Amino acid sequence: MDLLNYAFMQRALLAAVLVGLTAPAIGTYLVQRRQAVMGDGIGHVALTGVALGFLLNASPVWLATLVAVLGAVGMELIRSRGRTSGDIALAMLFYGGLAGGVMIINLAPGGSTSNLTSYLFGSITTVSAEDITAVVVLAAFVLAVTLGLRRQLFAVCQDEEFARVTGLPVRLLNLLLAVTAAVTVTVAMRIVGLLLVSAMMVIPVAAAQRVTRGFAATLAVAMGIGVLVSLSGTVATYYIDAPSGATIVLLAIAVFTVLTALSAPLARRRAEAARAAEEVCTRDDVKV
Amino acid sequence: MESKPAEPAEQPVISLRGAVASLGSRPVLRGVDLAVRRGEVVALLGANGSGKSTAVRAVVGQVPLSGGELSLFGTPFRRFRDWSRIGYVPQRTTAASGVPATVREVVSAGRLARTRFGVLRKADKAAVGRALALVDMEGYADASVGALSGGQHQRVLIARALAAEPELLIMDEPMAGVDLANQEVLANAVREQVAAGATVLLVLHELGPLEPLIDRAVVLRDGCVVHDGAPPEAVGQHALPGHDHVHPHAAHDAEPLRTGLLS
Repeated sequence: MDLLNYAFMQRALLAAVLVGLTAPAIGTYLVQRRQAVMGDGIGHVALTGVALGFLLNASPVWLATLVAVLGAVGMELIRSRGRTSGDIALAMLFYGGLAGGVMIINLAPGGSTSNLTSYLFGSITTVSAEDITAVVVLAAFVLAVTLGLRRQLFAVCQDEEFARVTGLPVRLLNLLLAVTAAVTVTVAMRIVGLLLVSAMMVIPVAAAQRVTRGFAATLAVAMGIGVLVSLSGTVATYYIDAPSGATIVLLAIAVFTVLTALSAPLARRRAEAARAAEEVCTRDDVKV
Repeated sequence: MESKPAEPAEQPVISLRGAVASLGSRPVLRGVDLAVRRGEVVALLGANGSGKSTAVRAVVGQVPLSGGELSLFGTPFRRFRDWSRIGYVPQRTTAASGVPATVREVVSAGRLARTRFGVLRKADKAAVGRALALVDMEGYADASVGALSGGQHQRVLIARALAAEPELLIMDEPMAGVDLANQEVLANAVREQVAAGATVLLVLHELGPLEPLIDRAVVLRDGCVVHDGAPPEAVGQHALPGHDHVHPHAAHDAEPLRTGLLS
């Protein structure tokens, strides 16, 4: 494995493992409460932060984190109000973030939209030593929240009203979830890219669901699939010289397809068993 | 206002006085008084839109009151923190969650109020097991809730409420969409709780198999209490206390009370 001899590749592989763990972990909660596109929205908003980094000559990763967190908190506030106009407000936030990013990068000295490409689609050669420190710290935070508070977050995402009546600090947990999603976006930004971040939050979860019946199992299998595809995608990118984000996402879709094909006969058998059980019950009911 | 934490025995478990609430611009509760004493089983009845669901959701703090007072276990709602004393069964929604969950996972969520930092100890797992046994769902602990029938799903939601071993059970239409066999299982579970001294407030569309358990019925109409006393007998709409014998020639805005007792 000569690729391990390169420092940039060691950093890329470490980042890939962390993306594979964190994105599906937070994604499981987002999918659970049918907020699968939230990661996409945060990705758009984070672009403004990246461009600000160029403009202010500061770290794009930390500024992206800051702007993404602000955007995610805004999205959560809009969601929790439950207004019908929330849809439009979210759209404004998404496109405002994207347009803001493009505008600001062109204002930066020597900046142009092409600077953004590696952030939009991911690139393994760009993970700097400075970036990797940020990625490790942020990923540790994401894992601490998504695994350490899994029962509380599960309760909130499963049934918010019930969670409030058990006395859980629901508003705080919702904000924490939004902040964690934002942090995950910046963890994944370098490897998967801002436009494809959401795919890593959603596809491994969708794939895992094909073979799981419970929440904890889905979380674990999704994280396993995440690590598998992001690691193999990063390695493949080393050889084929493609944007890592695209490779990883296509691999994730392939895993989803394979699991769907494998689970179809299983699901059919289960449905048949359920139908058979129902028939027996009906016959019993008639007798009573 | 008294600030003593001690609860005198006669202190009602739920005390709602002059509750006023609106959803949007529509007033839904217009001065509702509701007191439930320890050990009582009280049914809230009323037609669709009478405010009965809003009333129970107000009791658990899920509908803000624009007027009136609420206290739980003698504590004003603002300062109430003892959530583990309450087992809440919200109205069952058919909206499936995006990720599968097992029966045990859902019921365990009901135990969180009794845990520190969400860590389930041995005793907590035992309580979850007991709650599953109470609704006769132990055999389904590792099944996905998405694969259950409506009645089984409702049993899971009740087990979730019972997992915290609450003193007060609040249920919003627990029998809605539940077949007779499942209704019997649910009624048995509630009966055991009542025998063990639990207080129960429940919204019902019809009294059904729970009828013998019910001490008192509160009938709402248009956001007002129109009856508070013995449960109505299910012999017909005219036998219903609070039924004000409006006839077709009466004022057109006086819609006859429909509790669904006949349906």
